[in-house]
Amino acid sequence: MTKINFIEFNGVEHSVDVDDGNTVMEAAIKNNVPGIDADCGGATACATCHVYVDPAWAEKTGEAEEMEKDMLDFAFDVEDNSRLSCCIKVSSELDGLTVRLPEKQF
Amino acid sequence: MEKEFFETDVVIIGAGPVGLFAVFELGLLDMKCHVIDILDKPGGQCAELYPEKPIYDIPGMPSVLGMELVDSLMKQIEPFNPSFHLSSMVQEIKKIDDVFWEVKTDNNEVFKAKAVVIAGGGGSFLPKKPPIKEIENFENNSVFYSIKNKERFRDKDLVIVGGGDSALDWALNLESIAKRVTLVHRRDQFRAAPDSVKKIFSLIEDNKIDFVIGQVSSLNGKDGILESLKCKTSDEEVEVKCDALLPFFGLTMKLGPIANWGLNLNENLITVDTEKFETNEKGIFAIGDINTYPGKLKLILCGFHEAALMSQQAYKYVYPGEKLTFQYTTSSSDLKKKLGVS
Repeated sequence: MTKINFIEFNGVEHSVDVDDGNTVMEAAIKNNVPGIDADCGGATACATCHVYVDPAWAEKTGEAEEMEKDMLDFAFDVEDNSRLSCCIKVSSELDGLTVRLPEKQF
Repeated sequence: MEKEFFETDVVIIGAGPVGLFAVFELGLLDMKCHVIDILDKPGGQCAELYPEKPIYDIPGMPSVLGMELVDSLMKQIEPFNPSFHLSSMVQEIKKIDDVFWEVKTDNNEVFKAKAVVIAGGGGSFLPKKPPIKEIENFENNSVFYSIKNKERFRDKDLVIVGGGDSALDWALNLESIAKRVTLVHRRDQFRAAPDSVKKIFSLIEDNKIDFVIGQVSSLNGKDGILESLKCKTSDEEVEVKCDALLPFFGLTMKLGPIANWGLNLNENLITVDTEKFETNEKGIFAIGDINTYPGKLKLILCGFHEAALMSQQAYKYVYPGEKLTFQYTTSSSDLKKKLGVS
């Protein structure tokens, strides 16, 4: 199990454990973390699982692929550390990963 | 706009895979259907969200693309010749007498039907509204998420936001009509048809439209009428004159008017029984992702099963008192005839 920390826009923190191989989006949905909509269920097709990766973790989560970058065009308040959480795969390397959630996913 | 009236056996709300398969199951039992969907094409999420993605859990199909599934379903229901009403959102369902329901859309269509099947999936696809402060105060006067009449933008200062096909198509389309078009996008790359991208870059180069890399940060105007807006770029905030703002951030699913139809809901899903998939209103059914019951799984294949069982009960409303005999498509000459394969 790998620990992922979500910080809602209002500051409320959620720390969840998830099996490796899940995505960060699935970690949120399976643990009822509010603030991740995931309309399309993880198809990189809707941009409603937008998160900000804590800069300390940016290197380990890697860079967004082209399709994810394109899809981020449909999110709001996109920053350099913006990612779609359905595109970040959980592995033991990411144990303790912290992501912040935007004000809303639209 | 004049009202249009239709009378039919069953109205299906939602043209996703489950709504389409309901046409088949109802058709086998001699029920005629009209299908209404808010999108401009059938297929629901399969068509809008993942047309190119493979689905691996459709029985008998090891792998099928979202759009292939939709195309196959459309082919499968062809013999029943359903009527489609696309780009329409159902606003209201009400009982008019002991037999009929009345269904009204935002396109002034009025349907009279003996049963209503809600196959609404994740809800209605509606334009995403960017969370800019006070944007709702300017909606419909100065902020538009879709365009019905280009002429209203003649000689206006327009700000179009987004980097997809809708944003680019409208920028290209309105450039000659508007006084000035400013395109705002978060980066200098566009995810759109290559030809549109080429045209946009040449308009920017020729100084025919303005391009701001950044994001709209605040709106300025009064009484619902915009005067200008501010865009945050990487190093400054710029003010842009603006009569109309057109944000294009794609679509998102919202429950929409379904919440107002007097149906029992549980966390935005319609509660049904697992024998008939009927709601608390006799004659209104809910199938597919929009419904909930103990053990519910949001799978297309579950929706197909629900469509078959729902049809048995719908038959009782459409043909009251008539006996229904269960038949197989493999052997029944009657069913084969309906399918045009006899």
